[in-house]
Amino acid sequence: MASTTYEPYEGAKLERLERDAAAATARYPDPRSALLPLLHLVQSEDGYVSPDGIAFCARTLALSTAEVSAVATFYTQYKRHPNGEYTVGVCTNTLCAVMGGDAIYDELSEHLGVGHDETTEDGKVTLERVECNAACDYAPVMMVNWEFFDNQTPDSAKQVVDRLRAGEQVAPTRGASSVCSFKAMSRVLAGFHDGRADEGVGAGEPTLVGRRLAREQGWEAPSQSSAGAADGGPSAAGQDAPVAPEAGGEQSSVDTPSAPPSGGTSDTTTGRDASKET
Amino acid sequence: MGSTLSPVLSHHWDAEKSWTLATYEADGGYQGLRKALEMDPADIVTAVKDSGLRGRGGAGFPTGLKWSFLPAPDGGPRYLVVNADESEPGTCKDTPLMMASPQMLIEGVAITSRAIGCDHAFIYVRGEILHVYRRLLRAVEEAYEKGYLGKNILGSGYDLDVTVHAGAGAYICGEETALLDSLEGRRGQPRLKPPFPAVAGLYARPTVVNNVESIASVPAIITGGVDWFRSMGTEKSAGFGLFSLSGHVQRPGQYEAPLGITLRELLEMAGGVREGHELKFWTPGGSSTPLFTAEHLDVPLDYESVGAAGSMLGTRALQIFDDTTCVVRAITRWAEFYAHESCGKCTPCREGTYWLKQVLGRIEHGQGTMEDLDTLLDVCDNILGRSFCALGDGATSTITSGIALFREEFEAHVTGGGCPLDPAASALFEYTPRRSDVRALSGTAAGTVGA
Repeated sequence: MASTTYEPYEGAKLERLERDAAAATARYPDPRSALLPLLHLVQSEDGYVSPDGIAFCARTLALSTAEVSAVATFYTQYKRHPNGEYTVGVCTNTLCAVMGGDAIYDELSEHLGVGHDETTEDGKVTLERVECNAACDYAPVMMVNWEFFDNQTPDSAKQVVDRLRAGEQVAPTRGASSVCSFKAMSRVLAGFHDGRADEGVGAGEPTLVGRRLAREQGWEAPSQSSAGAADGGPSAAGQDAPVAPEAGGEQSSVDTPSAPPSGGTSDTTTGRDASKET
Repeated sequence: MGSTLSPVLSHHWDAEKSWTLATYEADGGYQGLRKALEMDPADIVTAVKDSGLRGRGGAGFPTGLKWSFLPAPDGGPRYLVVNADESEPGTCKDTPLMMASPQMLIEGVAITSRAIGCDHAFIYVRGEILHVYRRLLRAVEEAYEKGYLGKNILGSGYDLDVTVHAGAGAYICGEETALLDSLEGRRGQPRLKPPFPAVAGLYARPTVVNNVESIASVPAIITGGVDWFRSMGTEKSAGFGLFSLSGHVQRPGQYEAPLGITLRELLEMAGGVREGHELKFWTPGGSSTPLFTAEHLDVPLDYESVGAAGSMLGTRALQIFDDTTCVVRAITRWAEFYAHESCGKCTPCREGTYWLKQVLGRIEHGQGTMEDLDTLLDVCDNILGRSFCALGDGATSTITSGIALFREEFEAHVTGGGCPLDPAASALFEYTPRRSDVRALSGTAAGTVGA
């Protein structure tokens, strides 16, 4: 099925990739599920999704190179040209942008002399605007090779990139004890453990703020042994089964079951009342 | 009800090395699995159904009911897929949960898999949270070593394998059918439903897709029981959940409370809005939920009450914006996000989000017209409910609600030739606005962000 007889890699590199690819495909009932890990693996070798890498994935999974490219170009983490040693991403989605992310991005862009998805001449830093990275309570957030740098300012961000470019070890706020290279990161994302899970903290201050307040105030969830005895809660005794919301009901776009399997067509109402929103 | 916190999921987050199996076991971890292995799988489903647990990923669909939709076993494989692709702007609960307490998720996976007759479960985690992925890989490894996963779990005869899979950057993969396509090694594009994943999901086999927080809530339901779980929250929105406060608030972070707590109560716990400022607008559940204002401070944050007030509980991502924030700027940036993340499959969403971004961009930069506001509402009307998934619907939420609540501010951008507010005043640090901001203020360049 592969559209080319071109042999993408050779020697020790080919052997290594074939061994790793076999380990990745073995994790899934269907080998094609390993395509995303394999593309991360290619980036761990080549620093981007190279033409060789696309051919390798195609050959490994008996796909055409067009099929592999179609997938590779869909996801923003797959780079189409050689990436810097560090991807520095500043969140400029609304919350972080308003809290200062726009200013941090502008400052870094000028400081580094590069724009979005461009790499410094020394090959060290690829700057990106990134979307929400699920750390809004630490805004403004910057990611370096997808490790968290929380509560940034233009100055702190500049210091981080300066140190990275000087070859220093730089520790994220929440993550491993130092940021690894883009290639090393890509290997982890391909599912190959680097043994660093136990490094770093379990949580930062905002993660713990509610937990600590509860301890200070002596607040606990009701005791599991005195179930149902808590004040104010509805007693389950004699209660009807929970009421299912209307099929295809109100929902956001994450984790979205639109309707139970019995229903739902192109005509199914979304359950949302636009008039309530205007 | 609802005036105190109820740490269950976050119970041991502040413990030393909270993410390790030993710490989790010391806090009662895996008691739920031990109990579940002695239960009939159907009874586990019934317990979760009766608990009233509803999907914590935003949709709020009853979790146990979703499990019960699986057809009767036919001898072939059935799958559990955990949606750990947390990407909804403002949403930041599953990521800290998995960072601090991955074992709680793994235990939930084991119990749920047992309940639905699954022997190979998957956790699809977004690829942009490297350390969380490391913690999950290690957590699974530890669970295998201790006999909580693998062959003959705790001598029960039950086998389960768990694969943790990293995505590669695509918001749409948080939509459950797009997630399944992505997990099959394809572009993450939503599928037409029916068939629903319960009937034809991963590899066209019966599949349950659940959010991280939903699955992590399962062990406590098994150990605590239905009555205990229902003693928290409201009748139709039972139990506890993580409320994530972010933005212009004194102490942003995770507050785990019974559903039905109000923002007023949460803000009080969080020290209030940024000093010297007032609340202007907020999202109850991420950027796909219609905006609320100070008028909605006392709306109980449960599915029904938030819905009745015109928005959605969503992911309880409470993004707080104070009076320095330009609502047009905020909404424009979200619109840029949806245009960027639309997978392109359905025309109304692909084209509609593109034009929303363009029109909002020119309004923000002072080059819009009054008709543009009607155009926006018209485009929203043509997106809403007209695509396979809810991404496009979400794109319209803040625009329609924003224009309804803050029409004068949109108009001021048109008549004033730019933004009347200073972006530097919203930031958490002092800085001098740069050229791009000045350009925006003078309305000479209407470039939109190319992200």
